[in-house]
Amino acid sequence: MGEKLNISDLNKKLAEMDVKSLEGVTIEGDIELEIDTGAGGVGPLFAYYFGEEVAKVAVQLVNMAKAFGYPVESLLQPVAVAQAISPAPAELAKAAPEVPAFKIPDTLKSAKFAVGTDKTWKTQIQEVQLGATKAEGGSRGHVIKIGGEKAMPFFYDAAMPNRPVVTIDVFDMPIGMAKAVKMHYEDVMSDPADWAKKAVKEFGADLVTTHLISTDPLIKDTPAKEAVKVVEDVLQAVDVPIVIGGSGNPEKDVEVLSKASEVAQGERALIASASLNLDWEAIGKSCAANNNVCLAWTQLEINAQKELDRKLMKVAGVPRDSIVMDPTTAALAYGMDFAYTNMERIRLGGLKGDEELNFPMSSGTTNAWGVREAWMVNSPNKDDSSWGDRMLRGPIWEILTGFSLAMAGVDIFMMMNPIAVAYLQEITQSLMGLVKAETPDTTNWISMEV
Amino acid sequence: MKESSPLNLYKFLPQTNCGECGEQTCMAFAAGLIARERTIDECKPLFEEKNQKKYAKKLASLKEVIAPEVALVYVGTGDNQLKVGGEDVMYRHQMTFFNKPPFAYDVSDAMNEADLVERVKLIDTWRKFYIGNWEQVEMVAVRSVTGDPAKFAACVKKVVENTAKPLILCSFDPKVLKAGLEVCAEKRPLIYAATKENWKEVAQLAYDYKVPVTLRVPFDLDGLKGMAQTFSEMGLKDLVLDPGTAPNGEKLQESLQNFIKLRRAATEEGQKDFNYPVMALPINAWMTTKDPVRAAYWESVLSATFVIRGADIMIKHSMEPHSVMPDMHLRFNIYTDPRTPVQVKPGLNKVGNPTEDSPIFLTTNFALTYYTVESDLASNNIDSYLLAVNTDGIGVQASVAGGQITPSKIKDAFAEAGVDFEKTSHKSFILPGMAAKFSGELEDLYQFKVKALVGPEDSGRIPGWMEKQWPPKK
Repeated sequence: MGEKLNISDLNKKLAEMDVKSLEGVTIEGDIELEIDTGAGGVGPLFAYYFGEEVAKVAVQLVNMAKAFGYPVESLLQPVAVAQAISPAPAELAKAAPEVPAFKIPDTLKSAKFAVGTDKTWKTQIQEVQLGATKAEGGSRGHVIKIGGEKAMPFFYDAAMPNRPVVTIDVFDMPIGMAKAVKMHYEDVMSDPADWAKKAVKEFGADLVTTHLISTDPLIKDTPAKEAVKVVEDVLQAVDVPIVIGGSGNPEKDVEVLSKASEVAQGERALIASASLNLDWEAIGKSCAANNNVCLAWTQLEINAQKELDRKLMKVAGVPRDSIVMDPTTAALAYGMDFAYTNMERIRLGGLKGDEELNFPMSSGTTNAWGVREAWMVNSPNKDDSSWGDRMLRGPIWEILTGFSLAMAGVDIFMMMNPIAVAYLQEITQSLMGLVKAETPDTTNWISMEV
Repeated sequence: MKESSPLNLYKFLPQTNCGECGEQTCMAFAAGLIARERTIDECKPLFEEKNQKKYAKKLASLKEVIAPEVALVYVGTGDNQLKVGGEDVMYRHQMTFFNKPPFAYDVSDAMNEADLVERVKLIDTWRKFYIGNWEQVEMVAVRSVTGDPAKFAACVKKVVENTAKPLILCSFDPKVLKAGLEVCAEKRPLIYAATKENWKEVAQLAYDYKVPVTLRVPFDLDGLKGMAQTFSEMGLKDLVLDPGTAPNGEKLQESLQNFIKLRRAATEEGQKDFNYPVMALPINAWMTTKDPVRAAYWESVLSATFVIRGADIMIKHSMEPHSVMPDMHLRFNIYTDPRTPVQVKPGLNKVGNPTEDSPIFLTTNFALTYYTVESDLASNNIDSYLLAVNTDGIGVQASVAGGQITPSKIKDAFAEAGVDFEKTSHKSFILPGMAAKFSGELEDLYQFKVKALVGPEDSGRIPGWMEKQWPPKK
């Protein structure tokens, strides 16, 4: 037995199925489908031919759908025929055209990702040498170079020529400090030379900073001439490049730092610091005369930094290769956002060609210990979650304060806690690709056991 | 949005100055859009049915112009919904970073029930007061460690019973993900992750359950882009990218550079076909060491790396205070809007229910200082008055040095606030310890009728100070 079906019949059938959109459509053509439903069911050969005929019908239907403006192409990926022979044509014809069915392709697309470098970074940050060897007129065992960047820190645009360095603070008298810091220096606090040695030998300091705080008229008022003997002791005790700091008293510092600069003549010591609040000219001139490097300190104000740098160069005659900037470090949770953005803007300005800003930067990272979260035993706020162990909390405060500013462009960090020093060195050097650690296979991190 | 001129947004607005949005003019509204203070749905006429014909084209153009450079993906629902991505700039000073990357802390389906519930509660309730607000954790990431769909489903169920925070469901096995989705799909979790092996099944899940999905193609940005385009063409646009987070060594340098590249491609180069938010995995620090302190420190360092440069969401592990606290503060600092000065309104405020016997403290109007002092007073139940002296938002130590706070400015501030010391029983106020040197000069200014007491240098020590020094001796 057989039944003949041609396209116009099919049209009729569809009409019977209440497919209104097909009404009145005439399809020209003479495709005949002969369906033999003899006993024994559907043979494979029959099925094959039946499939072929249905496919032909499908093509007609597809053309029809196209004529109606339906985006048929979206259905015609690998399984077009299957789509067409299912009852779907009628359903799809009914469906709103703006919702194409969800379809998963066979393969992932291949793509090429490309991204450029920042073309506005045209100026290199000034490279500054700290320390001088005997041959260069100093007495240091080696020198340290900072700065010289052509891009933001750790960006792929250009490699950093010099790694960030750490100078550990040494004071010329015992001072109060957080417990997590004090425990590391208690045995050397009465002797700055021993303190400096410990900082270098045990804690890996790249440089040491001698703070002559006893010169403060409100502390001991040590005369400049006497105070600078400590600088001589430290120069004897260690052979790394050094930094020399005053007490922060604007009047006394001019005298103390000028004297210290004389004592460290030819050493390319970093003298901390000249600022707009004191006689910057005297300090700058003393640096220039004695081949030392001048730290230009301003307080979170980019225009003041430009002014001070300009004055040091033009008025005090400090050479470009002898200026480092300290734009002020406000610590994590205590204004770090200001310090971070101020430094990031300064570094970007320098890279873009501002010749009053393209100097290396220094951070007084030790400021982190002034933040209550770094040293307090418990939260003063009773509704806070536990603050945990301050001996663990303090060092990470110093690490993150320093490290975030390393991301903004700082080249030299003044620090105190030896654990913090080690982590800061490790992460900055890792991000420069200098640390050859075995990287674990993170493919199955989801199932790691912790 | 790259646009910075209100004029160029104005042309897409109705230009009727109807005032429905609360602005006087459409131009003012356009300026609000530029400043990100207003959103387009606040322009009602643009969306009204009857205006559809008139404004459809404008609306479409406007939507395109104001779309963020890094795509915005919503995770979670209702009050707990999170914005992931949506950034416009490479460096925060260029505008601000908008949506701080949610921290998702992990739990695993291998944990026993008691430990699981305890950890979820810890994640759920952790908080710290900072600048007038509570800092909190945003998400929980559920890891399939057992690989068993039933165990995963049971774990997810336990988690959602104990927290309303949005979840990340983590497994590379589509069967496991499906089991988790069966439990919590209506809460719109983020699923993690589609890979080159399982992407078809995971795409189907993302479609079936209408959830955002993470694409993981580690250390292969070409491959990641190909997968993102494949998903996008399937109509799956709520995507998060995992370009790989190597926790150490040279691969870590590559990881950071990939994050920088992705953020730069989206914000500086406007590559709209590959601008999805990016996920970092600081949790991988735990694969480098067995020492929990070392792992927590390194995890914090990795978190800082990626918070600063380009992560839009991250999965973390250490809930120890010595990592959560610094990580939260770092993220807060980086995501603080540099356009708004962090100041409070100068003037006198009450803490608790002060009377004529209560102490009168003063500090600066730097928001950080002010809220710290206020919270120290409030949480220790010290009924008092607190005067915020206008120092242009500079803290005590810096403003004492810089002259933004002086004895005469303090006296003027008390006068302006209407404080009459004659009406107090103690006739005194308390200076911050950092401003101790003003004490004598202030008493001179008040002709010794008012005492200028010197408080502690840190307001956290006010309770101890009160015990010894309050009320003042006559």
